[in-house]
Amino acid sequence: MMDLGMMDLGMMDIIMDDFFTRALIAGVGVALVAGPLGCIVVWRRLAYFGDTLSHAALVGVALALLLQVSIPLAVFGVSLMVALMLFLLQRGTAISADAILGLLSHTALAMGLVVLAFMSGTQVDLLGLLFGDILAVSVTDIVTIYLGGGAVLLCLALVWRPLFAATVSPEIAEAEGGKPSRVNLIFTVLMAGAIAIALKIVGALLITALLIIPAAAARRFARGPEMMAVLSSLIGAAAVILGLNGSLAWDTPSGPSIVLAAVLFFLIGISPLARLFRRGAADPSSERAS
Amino acid sequence: MNSVSRFLSRSVETQASEAGGQELVSLSNAGAQGEGRWLVRGVDLTVQQGEIVTLIGPNGSGKSTTAKLALGLLQADEGAARRRRNLVVGYVPQKVTIDWTLPLTVSRFMHLSGRVTREEAAEAMAATGVAHLGASEVRTLSGGEFQRVMLARAIARKPDLLVLDEPVQGVDFTGEIAIYELIRSIRDQLNCGVLLISHDLHVVMAATDRVVCLNGHVCCSGTPSDVASHQAYRELFGQRAASAIAIYEHNHDHTHLPDGRVRNVDGSISDSCSGHDHGGPSHDGPGHDGSGHDGHNHG
Repeated sequence: MMDLGMMDLGMMDIIMDDFFTRALIAGVGVALVAGPLGCIVVWRRLAYFGDTLSHAALVGVALALLLQVSIPLAVFGVSLMVALMLFLLQRGTAISADAILGLLSHTALAMGLVVLAFMSGTQVDLLGLLFGDILAVSVTDIVTIYLGGGAVLLCLALVWRPLFAATVSPEIAEAEGGKPSRVNLIFTVLMAGAIAIALKIVGALLITALLIIPAAAARRFARGPEMMAVLSSLIGAAAVILGLNGSLAWDTPSGPSIVLAAVLFFLIGISPLARLFRRGAADPSSERAS
Repeated sequence: MNSVSRFLSRSVETQASEAGGQELVSLSNAGAQGEGRWLVRGVDLTVQQGEIVTLIGPNGSGKSTTAKLALGLLQADEGAARRRRNLVVGYVPQKVTIDWTLPLTVSRFMHLSGRVTREEAAEAMAATGVAHLGASEVRTLSGGEFQRVMLARAIARKPDLLVLDEPVQGVDFTGEIAIYELIRSIRDQLNCGVLLISHDLHVVMAATDRVVCLNGHVCCSGTPSDVASHQAYRELFGQRAASAIAIYEHNHDHTHLPDGRVRNVDGSISDSCSGHDHGGPSHDGPGHDGSGHDGHNHG
């Protein structure tokens, strides 16, 4: 939403009065959702896929402004359409997924930017769209994030087992009676949902970073996939808190600040310091492809 | 189809109808295409309960494709694949790559698909000799350990049909024999059907009830001793491979061309060797190399 939160002042608690508190609550909500999804993205090497969907979010924003509909809804719709397109393309053709994604990702980014440029009259905050904007978080945004994010997490929990099986080996999953293409489709829908709610906090260019960096940081401390999913959420939430504080202190854009905070956690994870926390976990640095 | 497989599939059909649904999976004249060429064609194959069927053949001969047709991972572009209803399958694919970002312990891996109780998982791990590896990360296992873990995961489900694609890759020779012994005892305990894919001949043949020799099509099939004495088999794998199982003299009647077609003895070229009678390997080969090949008796 483009309204600046001030409109909701009267109707909410004192806590919600503070834009910074709103930003924290919203950011933590997004990070909690991004954690487990990001793990799947990392395990499946789908970083580029995430990029494509989040770049498509810009087209969604443009569409929302044109049609005067809710931005998260339009972003969800457009990301979903792009995701389904990819889904069909990858099933039907032998073209390398990498090339398809590269093409679509940058097409979406360029198209979004061009269409938004035509709308200069409507005062689009382009930097906010690209990099996130803590000032712009309204109570409506928070409600959207927690309702939408809660739904995404609930669905993810329901399909987690088959989704994980399909991640480790689609062939085993299918041979043994699973439906990998169905759970993959559900995962795609959930990704579009997560992107729709994350756009405001980190911006279109950095959504993928919020997905994969906390997951990569969690890898070093996790002994199992489920533990990694939870840790990833927690690290993401910590990165949001740290990053937003930094953003406030140094007047930096919120998205990049959060991402840098997450990178900090990743660096701590790979530093010798982390060994203290990691007793018992197998060392992931031993490179042995199975 | 040559006379042997024709005979076999006929006898199998009769058995299946007599036993009432013992047939777990069957391919009839099945073929699959990939990027405009046939990966495999004209495969007739049946796996019954309690039976170990082995697919052998050189690289690229369509062994994995045939297994995928049987599993339903690939749809047959011609012919048909049938599976018994509610068939519980345990599958060990040729390759599973675990990304380094995925923290996956052996005990978590055991619970990958379907509901497997803790006891069932522990039992299966003990059966394949990996009970001590529960807390290890799958990525850090040696080749042999990994294959045993894969096998343990597949049998923990108590499958009706076990499909094993090259289960001894990365395993040394003694380990290989042990794994085939293990597969046999799993079959005895679970009374499941086993579809085994292998390119090593000597050991696998001994542990098998029926062998199907593939090279883009079914070259020959039958009991291990039948196949070993079969000329098509010898041409694929050479005299030495054949003499490891049985010494048998046979006349060449066709040659396999690099594109998978067959040049027959009269110089004509056909899509497969199935149309030509090989004389039938039903006769007993003299001088079997007896040691360790008691598996013949299962045929």
